[in-house]
Amino acid sequence: MNAPASFDGARGTRERLVVIGNGMAGCRAVEEILARDAGRFAITIFGAEPRVNYNRIMLSPVLAGEKTFDEIVINTQDWYDANGITLISGDPVTHIDRENAMVVSASGRVEPYDRLLIATGSDPFIIPVPGKDLPGVVTFRDLDDVDKMLAAAEQGGDAVVIGGGLLGLEAAHGLSLRGMKVTVVHLMPTLMERQLDEAAGYLLKAELERRGQTILTGADTECLLERDGHVGGVRLKDGREIPANIVVMAVGIRPAVGLAKAAGLEVERGVVVDDHMVTSDPAVMAVGECVQHRGACYGLVAPLWDMCRSLADGLTGTPNGYEGSVTSTKLKVSGIDLFSAGDFSGSDGSEDIVMRDAARGLYKRVVVQDNKVIGAVLYGDTADGNWYFDLLKKGEDISDIREALIFGQAFASGGALADPNAAVAALSDDAEICGCNGVSKGQVVACIDGGAHSLDAVRSTCKASASCGSCTGLVESLLALTLGGAVESGPKTLCKCTSFTHDDVRRLILEKALKSIPETMQELHWTTPEGCASCRPALNYYLLCAWPGEYEDDQKSRFVNERLHANIQKDGTYSVVPRMWGGLTTPNELRAIADAAEKYGARTVKVTGGQRIDLFGIHKEDLPAIWADLNAAGMVSGHAYGKALRTVKTCVGSEWCRFGTQDSTGLGVRIERMTWGSWMPHKFKIAVSGCPRNCAEATIKDFGVVCVDSGYELHIGGNGGIHVRATDLLCKVETEEQALEMCAAFIQLYREDAHYLERTAPWVERKGLEWIKAQLLDNPEAVRKFAARFRLSQKYSQVDPWAERAGGERADLHQHIAEVRPLHVETIA
Amino acid sequence: MIGKWLDIGPVTQIEPGTARTLPVAGGEEIAVFRTMTGDCYALVNKCPHKEGPLSQGIVHGNVVTCPLHNWNISLKTGEALGDDHGCVPTVPLKVDAGRIFLLREAVVPPVRPAVADAATDKAA
Ligand code: SRM
Ligand SMILES: Cc1cc2nc3c(=O)[nH]c(=O)nc-3n(C[C@H](O)[C@H](O)[C@H](O)COP(=O)(O)OP(=O)(O)OC[C@H]3O[C@@H](n4cnc5c(N)ncnc54)[C@H](O)[C@@H]3O)c2cc1C
Ligand code: SF4
Ligand code: FES
Repeated sequence: MNAPASFDGARGTRERLVVIGNGMAGCRAVEEILARDAGRFAITIFGAEPRVNYNRIMLSPVLAGEKTFDEIVINTQDWYDANGITLISGDPVTHIDRENAMVVSASGRVEPYDRLLIATGSDPFIIPVPGKDLPGVVTFRDLDDVDKMLAAAEQGGDAVVIGGGLLGLEAAHGLSLRGMKVTVVHLMPTLMERQLDEAAGYLLKAELERRGQTILTGADTECLLERDGHVGGVRLKDGREIPANIVVMAVGIRPAVGLAKAAGLEVERGVVVDDHMVTSDPAVMAVGECVQHRGACYGLVAPLWDMCRSLADGLTGTPNGYEGSVTSTKLKVSGIDLFSAGDFSGSDGSEDIVMRDAARGLYKRVVVQDNKVIGAVLYGDTADGNWYFDLLKKGEDISDIREALIFGQAFASGGALADPNAAVAALSDDAEICGCNGVSKGQVVACIDGGAHSLDAVRSTCKASASCGSCTGLVESLLALTLGGAVESGPKTLCKCTSFTHDDVRRLILEKALKSIPETMQELHWTTPEGCASCRPALNYYLLCAWPGEYEDDQKSRFVNERLHANIQKDGTYSVVPRMWGGLTTPNELRAIADAAEKYGARTVKVTGGQRIDLFGIHKEDLPAIWADLNAAGMVSGHAYGKALRTVKTCVGSEWCRFGTQDSTGLGVRIERMTWGSWMPHKFKIAVSGCPRNCAEATIKDFGVVCVDSGYELHIGGNGGIHVRATDLLCKVETEEQALEMCAAFIQLYREDAHYLERTAPWVERKGLEWIKAQLLDNPEAVRKFAARFRLSQKYSQVDPWAERAGGERADLHQHIAEVRPLHVETIA
Repeated sequence: MIGKWLDIGPVTQIEPGTARTLPVAGGEEIAVFRTMTGDCYALVNKCPHKEGPLSQGIVHGNVVTCPLHNWNISLKTGEALGDDHGCVPTVPLKVDAGRIFLLREAVVPPVRPAVADAATDKAA
């Protein structure tokens, strides 16, 4: 053979791998093969769908409007190109000719193979009732189905979903969010009966009904009714008729085995494969939902990933056979936490441990047999799902922790005070974090250590949380734990000491006029005598915000930084950051800073990312003295340590810059003078840029002003950090006065509504920009009222805490009790 | 035994729910806690995790939450609670007539024999 001269020539020297099915398993198998031996095959993929490979399980969020199609694409065309893969999409394979080792497609294309991989997935099952072929009857399997549902939803009206399993409920949820009136028709007496027991099924049904869906269980469909040549309704065997502009059939799936069967391969329920996914023909392999392995067919993605690994290992000569999978289930319906795994049907030797909490809508059931967890159903709080699943898969002996098993990992491992991060920290390295992709904690941590410092980076590197996303919280905890920051994501209740949510607590403080932390804890039935390190600072803030001037700040309930008005460092010393209004300073201030740095032994002096100067390595005893010196030069606390207004960054603006449209520096200083000292739910940053070139990075700040010729654009809800979020435009105003007023009003709205430790970015996302606009812009009086409340609270908070301490207040917080000298020194003396 | 207990001053010098520090020349700094219910405890002022100053943590019940990474440490035993493992030495303490006393031997670091010091110096 001649030396290959072109890429095509190069293809000629390789084995030809043809893949039928451009879905989740087919493409993953190709990825696994490329990862092991990128040069071995010339690959051609046939896909019946006219598009690149995407994450099928995320069709539910696409339907619900939480994701766009672009966001769920797994491999773009560039990936196919970069790996020399020929993608033939929109052209299904119609025939496999094993004798001549080639496949033929619908368009007549013939493709010879050395190895063939069948990954055709499943076909949705259509119940054979009259009317099933009417227009308006759809299944839920691919993007075309979603598009059909969206088109129907645009017209509004009624939707009927036949099938109350995972898929049916996700479809119902999406259609309901899209504004349709949804009825779920389910044959069995309880929803998701294959994954949930009766109690959990009941809770789920009640919750869906509360959200406005109609759930008919024990309902058997007789036929679909026609109206104007289109589906118009569903008739049940008991005679009831339900109107419908669209009917979604989600009653189950069947492995797509037609091609394989016609080609004479061994097929039962699915295409029969061995432990390396080889079919009855050694040249033909199969993976995914279309296969049957050791008698089992799967309908979830986690097993597919294991299959793909075993397939690729087998192909590249590393035997690592597939042994079947235990699966767990989560429902992707926002706000409903539900988890199930293993066997919970109950048998003679098994025993149930059950916990219910009616007030919180919690239900937990763990099934134990021979001192091993064999099944679990969780509703309402699924935080321990992965832990139970891990115990189950490993078959671990639980006799030691049996008593506390039902309370979850934190309790079972010995302490009621553990915080949620501690629970994640305590997971073993091989504990599974991402069930969809089979990624362990050790792998996630290794991937973070290897430089993946954001959720997206983790997702693209080790795939954890890249599929259904329900382990996102765990991955975020691992990011925070590994990167060393305290995670500040709140659970649903304010903390473990109470069953109230943040919103409840805020509301009740006002309604019941609660004015102190002990009073609040008493009235709201706190379950701990003094609260904990999570709720105390939150209550302190809520009370401070509710009763300005009246509530006396509780220093004991403040995190050390806010108690000592400086940032604690890893060696127990502190950093000191004086305020520099709008990023401006003077020779006099710089001189005072230089003197203080020398006098108090600051080991590092650094310009911060917030346009001011940080002095590191100051001892707590010296803080009042260094503050006195800085005060003397006219400087006050910069609150670099607080859940408070931090900095107002500015650019030079019209005073110097050839592009500046307004006096951004001057406005920044005015804003900082107005807002400094304000305590907030979380830190709050502001910036003012003099023109849309935006040198002050105003569009990643909590409140950002971008000056333009005709006035000021006011932006909200941005931040840097792990999840960078650019701001949303709130409105445009014409004068500085209006900009200041809106800034004050927005801050006050945030102060009064957000949860403690919720920054504006997640808050804006939770509440929605429209809600925020409605609060501030719909009523002409609103801005004035919010701003007035902000100014009132500022009357009490614009007191420099440094000056107070320098003046001798709370010296006990800074001074040692005494100094003790060692005994032998004493005896000599 | 006279001189067995070291008087470190009145309990009122510590606000309930907080702690104050007691540096020991040549030894470990001690954190003296007074809980909201008035009990006093003394511990070495170093978190078993990464030596965070426990005296600066938030006190709730008989527990302090370390200011650096939020470990919860029992004031009674010095043990880390929950899923964390580690223990910080405690210093026996008694309150008598409104004053706090620490057990002297526990405060004072053992004096190392001079020979050992010399040996270390040579090796260095
Ligand atoms: C000192 C400084 C770094 C520097 O040398 O430049 C700094 C230092 C810290 N930042 Fe920062 N951040 C500093 C500017 C920033 C900026 C830049 C800015 O403000 O324009 C950002 C991105 C913008 C933003 O906040 O959105 C920034 C985003 C963060 C985040 C992520 C925030 C988020 O919402 O995701 C954290 C973590 C957190 O707050 O939970 C953080 C946390 C921290 C902490 C408090 C970590 C900690 O808990 O100890 C660091 C305190 C060090 C200390 O003792 O002073 N720092 N940090 C900067 C002080 C600015 C100032 O003058 O006040
Ligand atoms: C809406 C929805 C939500 C889901 N949610 C979850 C979830 O939360 N968790 C979970 O684990 N699983 C979930 N699943 C199941 C999961 O998507 C499947 O298990 C997985 O996609 C199966 O992968 P596969 O490659 O075997 O099949 P598919 O992903 O369906 O891929 C098969 C591909 O082959 C193509 N094809 C078929 N025949 C031919 C042919 N003759 N020629 C060429 N191409 C052909 C098909 O068009 C399809 O694109 C969900 C499924 C759906 C539809
Ligand atoms: S200063 Fe900010 S970015 Fe730097 S290490 Fe600390 S938290 Fe991380
Ligand atoms: S040093 Fe105390 S928790 Fe890390």
